[in-house]
Parts: sequence; C-alpha cells; structure tokens
Amino acid sequence: MATLHTRSAARLMIAPSVLLLLAWMIVPLAMTIYFSFLRYNLLMPGMEEFAGFSNYSYFLTDPAFFQAIFNTLAIVLGVLFITVVGGIALALLLDQPMFGQGIVRILVIAPFLIMPTVAALVWKNMFMNPVNGLFAWVAKLFGLQPFDFLANAPLMSVILIVAWQWLPFATLILLTALQSLDEEQKEAAQMDGAGAWSRFIYLVLPHLSRAITVVILIQTIFLLSVFAEILVTTNGGPGTQSTNLTFLVYAQALLQFDVGGASAGGIIAVILANIVAFFLMRMIGKTLEA
Amino acid sequence: MGSITLSKVSKVFGAHAVIPSIDLDINNGEFVVFVGPSGCGKSTLLRLIAGLEDVSDGDIVIDGKNATELPPAQRGLSMVFQSYALYPHMSVRSNIAFPLKMAGEDKAVIDKKVSDAARVLNLTDYLDRKPRQLSGGQRQRVAIGRAIVRQPKAFLFDEPLSNLDAALRVNMRLEISQLHQDLKTTMIYVTHDQVEAMTMADKIVVLNRGRIEQVGSPLDLYHKPDNLFVAGFIGSPRMNIVTGPAASAYQAHTMGIRPEHLALSKDSGSWQGTVGVAEHLGSDTFLHVNVDDGIGTVTARVSGDFAVTHGDRVFLTPDPQRVHRFDDKGLAVR
Repeated sequence: MATLHTRSAARLMIAPSVLLLLAWMIVPLAMTIYFSFLRYNLLMPGMEEFAGFSNYSYFLTDPAFFQAIFNTLAIVLGVLFITVVGGIALALLLDQPMFGQGIVRILVIAPFLIMPTVAALVWKNMFMNPVNGLFAWVAKLFGLQPFDFLANAPLMSVILIVAWQWLPFATLILLTALQSLDEEQKEAAQMDGAGAWSRFIYLVLPHLSRAITVVILIQTIFLLSVFAEILVTTNGGPGTQSTNLTFLVYAQALLQFDVGGASAGGIIAVILANIVAFFLMRMIGKTLEA
Repeated sequence: MGSITLSKVSKVFGAHAVIPSIDLDINNGEFVVFVGPSGCGKSTLLRLIAGLEDVSDGDIVIDGKNATELPPAQRGLSMVFQSYALYPHMSVRSNIAFPLKMAGEDKAVIDKKVSDAARVLNLTDYLDRKPRQLSGGQRQRVAIGRAIVRQPKAFLFDEPLSNLDAALRVNMRLEISQLHQDLKTTMIYVTHDQVEAMTMADKIVVLNRGRIEQVGSPLDLYHKPDNLFVAGFIGSPRMNIVTGPAASAYQAHTMGIRPEHLALSKDSGSWQGTVGVAEHLGSDTFLHVNVDDGIGTVTARVSGDFAVTHGDRVFLTPDPQRVHRFDDKGLAVR
C-alpha cells in the first residue's frame, strides 16, 4: 500500500512523535551548549555573563581532564575485556549438559538484576573493606597483609565491580548465540579432524563474532557513563585516580558549583562519545553484514 | 583398503534399543545404501560407523583394524551431512581445505588438492565465494569436495539429496554414482527413498526397526524379497499384497504381485474390477483398480496406449511366474 497518498498520511501520523522526540533531545542539548558559553557559578547567582570559549579552554587544560579521559577508556576497555573473555568462558561452561542447569543459569544472571549502587556498596563493605571484607579475611587466613583495594587500586576496583555487573549480560547473549551453533557443523569439524581447541578457534569463535560485537556495542554505550559505582565507592579518588569523564562533569557542577564549566565538559563528553560511536558503527557494520 | 565389518553392533538409548544387534560386511569399493522408513535406525547406524555415537555393544572393524573405540577423525572416513554442515564464515576454498589444514598438510599440497577437487566437482569458479552465495547443488558439491580431499577409506552420506528439488536430485544422483565409478572408494549412503537406493547401490541394506530385513543387490531385492516388508518397500509403485482366497489359489497365505506383472484385458482374466483412478504418465499408465471378490484396490501398470478411464470394467491376470508367495509370518515361500 505504498501509494503516494498512504505515504504522506503515514508521515503526518508519525509527525507528533518525531517532533516530541526531537524536542526531548534538542532542548537539553541546546541548553547545555548555551550554558557552556556562560560564566555560570551557582555561588554567584544572577552574575551570568557571556564567556566565549573560556569554559572549554579551562576544562580541556585541567590535568584532571586527561586523567578522566584515560580512566574512562580504562574502564570501558577493562570491563569489555573481562566480560567478553569471561562471558565466552562462562557461556561455554553453561552450554555443557549438567545437573541443575536451570538453577545455575539463574544464579549467573543474578548480578545483572542488582542495582549499581547496591552492588557497589556490597563490594565496598563486604568484599574489599580492609578490616571487615571477605578478601581481607582470606588474606589473613594465609597470614598476609590485607590489601586496601579502594585506596591502593581504586580504578582496578571500580573496573572489577562494573565487570561483575556486566558479566551476566555478556554471558547470556553469548550463551544464546552458542546454542544456535549447528550441531552438524560441530560433527563435521570432528570428522574433519579438528580437536576441541581448533573447533573453538575455527568454528565457535567466528560463529560468536556477531554476538560479541553486540555485547561490545551495548556495553560501551553504558560503560562510557559509569557513575554510581564511582560515587558510592571511591568518590573519584584518591585525588582523581578513579574519576572518569562523567564523574568529572558531576564534580565540576555540583562540587565546584561551576555550571558553565560542567556544561562545556558535558559537550566534550558528547563529542567524544560520538567519535567512539562512529568507529563502533563502522566496525559493527562490517561484522553484521558478513 | 576400505572394508568395514560390523559384528553384533547394538545401540541403546536409555531403555530403548534403537539397534538391537546388527552384523554386516561391507566390501572395499562397494556402494552400499541403507534404506528404510524414517526412524528405522539407518542414520544412527551410519553415525555409529562414523564414530559420532558410541556403540553400546559389539565391534566395528574398519580395514581390518578394530575401530570401535577410535574417535571419528582417526577412523579415516569422511561424511556428507544432510544439511551439508558447511562452515558459513569460510570461503569454499577454506571449507574444502579445512580437513587438510587440520591434518597439518603442507600449504602447497593443500592448494593442489583443493584445486584438483574443485576441478572434479566444477567448483573452480566459486572457490572464493561463501557457502551462502551458492545454490543448493553447489553447496552439496562443496560438502562432497570437503569429503574427498582427505582421500578417506570410505564416504558416508547421510540423506545428502533430501534438501534438493526433484530435478537437481536426479542430477546429483548421477554425479555421485559417477564419482563412485571414478574414485572406486567404498561409499555408504543413507536414504529413505527407495528410488535412490535402487538406482545407485551395488548393495542395498533394508532396515526396519533397527533390524536388517534383507541385504542384496537392487535386482535381488526386487525379484526375490525375503519378506513382506522388503516386498512392499522396494519397487514403485508398491507391490500389490493380497490375502484370503485369492492368495490361497496360489498356495500362499499372502500373495504379492507387482503392478508391472499384471496382464490387463478388457475381455477376460482371473480377476475382475472397476478402474478407480488412472494416472497417465505418457509412457505408462498406472491403473488403480477396485477388484471384486474382496481383493481390494490393486495397482496395475499398463502401456500408455491402453485406453481406459474411470469406471471401466477390466480383467487382470497375475503372471504366475512373477507371483511372490508369503507364509503367515510374512516370510517368503519359494
């Protein structure tokens, strides 16, 4: 029914939702851009004035900014690495026929259902705490000095917590992909003399490539904006050792009351996210076509 | 080179014996077809030989060596699957080269063998394509190519033609037969289609409920079926099976007569009936005749110019030389 008439009618019908979505996106973006050009400090209300690009130059030359960029990348890449490798391993294990498969699968999914603040608090107080934590207890059991994770390896600790939360997601996606692998292909590879490792390299991994790209894409979107885990555990510290871009913008706006600088940081974050998205889409476009 | 012997091989899934016990000899270079209705255990038997399933009991001897406990790759057999099971992300070339690569062959040797196989199978122009860019028949040939490069002791085919359309199936049937003539390697072929079995096999193994009903050449099975099952399964259209007084006239509990061994006449004959459906194929006509005296529907094959239509009265006379007689257990009486 793709006549000219139905097409224009269809356009008219979807116009309201398109306009609403556009306004939804454009208004906050426009306001942020506007604020980023103002000298706007919450401690000096009513003193806003045009500041040109000075907010941007201050934000970009802030030493914390480069630390934040590095930390953001470290969190994204670190978590992606742990979840993809761990997810493949767990998916392979869960794909084996075993007793209590259903219960084990539910247990594996559980971390994904816990909200980030709660998960981070559990890790902070029950696992990583150098006095009461489980890791400290294990260390003492072997006569070792307990390790203060959040003070001595803050970024790694954050990566660990976030990875723990995202591992179930990766496992789930990869497990369903694994189960769609044709049984006859595996048997054919067996007849062709491929051992377990060769079957994994030449058959399973290429079959999973699509699922892996989906995992990478979805997780990257969420990992660029990790916030709750940092706020609850390290508060970006010590110093700025575990501050990522999102947390830096938060600190600029609500700890230093500099709305203008925070807006400039927000816009920079949007630009960086778009650059990442551009490369991701190219990479994924290639895999999904094949 | 490629003789396979099964002795007392059985396969049990849980409490269900899919294959109670089978003894079978397959000679080197033979084209053996396992045929039977679905669920008769023919595919399971093939998978047992391939090593994809473990035997519950008995021995499989390949080439004089006991292979019962050997993993599939070490049995020296290669298999063509029903779904072809090509590796979708690899090119045709890599697909065919895969078994050689796994065997650790030299790069130059692999290239040579792959191009040889591609030439034999008319795949040379398609070597750089992916399987999904090929037609069904080409995929089938790639699967065969992957099987032949290893120069196996025997080929196993698991219903390889069932995903092809009718015309292509006839073509591939010829190609596989031709391949067997060229390679002279043992082939084991599983099908539920008795036409494939009759046209391709040196030796047919008819299976029913995990048991071998009869082993023999296509014509043996056609002319001398051991029992009612084989009689009904081999031959198209099916043999007419008649019981009761009509069979007693031939000193049998059950008599069988093939449609092509019934003489038809419009004037006289031993059975009389009304034509139900006439299927005109041009060269032949298949008549489904409702015969009187409680004999029931009988199929007869007559030449294409025998002019009858629905409702005509005809007389049928079985050729006494070609009547098959069976006792009350369904076994042939000779």
